[in-house]
Amino acid sequence: MKREDFTLPGSIQLQGLQRRFGARTVLDGLSLHIAQGEFVAIVGRSGCGKSTLLRLLAGLDAPDGGSLQQPADQTVRVMFQDARLLPWKTVLDNVALGLAGADAPQRAREALAEVGLADRASEWPVRLSGGQRQRVALARALVHQPQLLLLDEPLGALDALTRLEMQALIERLWQAHAPTTVLVTHDVSEAVALADRVVLVEEGRVALDVRIDQPRPRQHGDARFVAFEQHILQRVLQGPAYTGQLPAEPVQPYRFNQLNWAL
Amino acid sequence: MSQSFLQRHAARVIPWLVPAALLLAWQVASSMGWLNHRVLPAPSEVLAAAWRLTVSGELFTHLYSSFWRAASGFAIGAGLGLVLGLIAGLSRLGEAVFDTTLQMLRNIPPLAILPLVILWFGIDETAKVFLVAFGTLFPVYLNTYHGIRSLDPALLEMARSYGVTGQALFRQVVLPGALPSILVGVRYALGIAWIILIVAETLAASSGIGYLAANAREFLQTEIVVLSILLYALLGKVVDVAARLLERRWLQWHPSYLKA
Repeated sequence: MKREDFTLPGSIQLQGLQRRFGARTVLDGLSLHIAQGEFVAIVGRSGCGKSTLLRLLAGLDAPDGGSLQQPADQTVRVMFQDARLLPWKTVLDNVALGLAGADAPQRAREALAEVGLADRASEWPVRLSGGQRQRVALARALVHQPQLLLLDEPLGALDALTRLEMQALIERLWQAHAPTTVLVTHDVSEAVALADRVVLVEEGRVALDVRIDQPRPRQHGDARFVAFEQHILQRVLQGPAYTGQLPAEPVQPYRFNQLNWAL
Repeated sequence: MSQSFLQRHAARVIPWLVPAALLLAWQVASSMGWLNHRVLPAPSEVLAAAWRLTVSGELFTHLYSSFWRAASGFAIGAGLGLVLGLIAGLSRLGEAVFDTTLQMLRNIPPLAILPLVILWFGIDETAKVFLVAFGTLFPVYLNTYHGIRSLDPALLEMARSYGVTGQALFRQVVLPGALPSILVGVRYALGIAWIILIVAETLAASSGIGYLAANAREFLQTEIVVLSILLYALLGKVVDVAARLLERRWLQWHPSYLKA
């Protein structure tokens, strides 16, 4: 349980993390460092242990070995794949869940406005579409001003268009609130679109750790974007046999606006 | 416009056509002497009996007796069932202590203990209240217990991770989540309460609707026997409507109660 000297305040340090369920080892010595305010996406095949990792970070489960160091007093909020709204509370009361103080309804209302659902405050959750429910769940997570936001495949059940909208919303709110964010997803494109770093977990360990140095908001069809996506995807598909390298950043081509004045 | 107006009223009237025709046929059959009074009195005689008993105040005395027995027996039985159901549902220890006993007792038909109850309490109020309480305890207990145990663990996990624990968790998550099931138990218990009360009052009582019917039988007053049967039906319906209103109010959020 030695604390690394270079660990920065607010960062999260995982060292040799182990988690077993019966005879099955799900996390097998996983090490990862997440800086404060960083957006990390965890990708991998089903059953690779990525959701288990998230549950350990959330404190919903305890590791069998290794160390998990994170700030003791941080507020952690999880957004689950199923929105997990309480059906017997109105949308507003769902967002206010666990909030204390006289200003709780007001804060919940503001959070709801941030996700664009202020006008649905008094509805029952069953009335909302899947995308709207996830927006409520996002508002419910952010209203607590968490230092660590954990997203467990939050967009997995949504249709493609709603998913793109939600990605933009998550990015915007992450930039506004700046929590350390860990997104678990099976969608490599989503990971490349949102994260500062994409981490591939394979057989309970980190198999690949790629920094996405593209400016935001990112375009899905952009050549560099596609290069990242292909690189990670090929590694997922081919396993350790994959030897491909991420192509170097292309030399900036001439731009018309730079040429204009020279003509 | 006029067509839809007509249709709307037709839809309201049609369900009542058959009962009205039956009632008319019954009245005609009685008036013409085809139907023996001892078998079935005319509807007009039943109505006259109702009027007579209302004026003399007897009707309300008996109604009040029955209603009070049902209400207090139900309050005790359902209240105990709710408390025990909560205890067994919320704690493994509570389940271990109570559940086996209650599951064994639940298999006794409440009316099977009637002779024993009469031996214990005679035919006074306590006997009836005890029987109703005994009959209503189990449905409420079982449904409360089941309602809590079948709560979605994902919702509980979410609420806990959002800092909702202890009493707040019970109030905001456990109780509202178990409420649909609890109310099913309550409605079932209300039905049972009436059945038990009818039998108990008919066999051993000195007031109440069941007594009214049993007493009238002695004097061959069939119109009062029929009136008693109708009163039970009416009271049962009133209680059922009340339970439905409660459900509609408390389960507004439930997909089956959402206004279209």
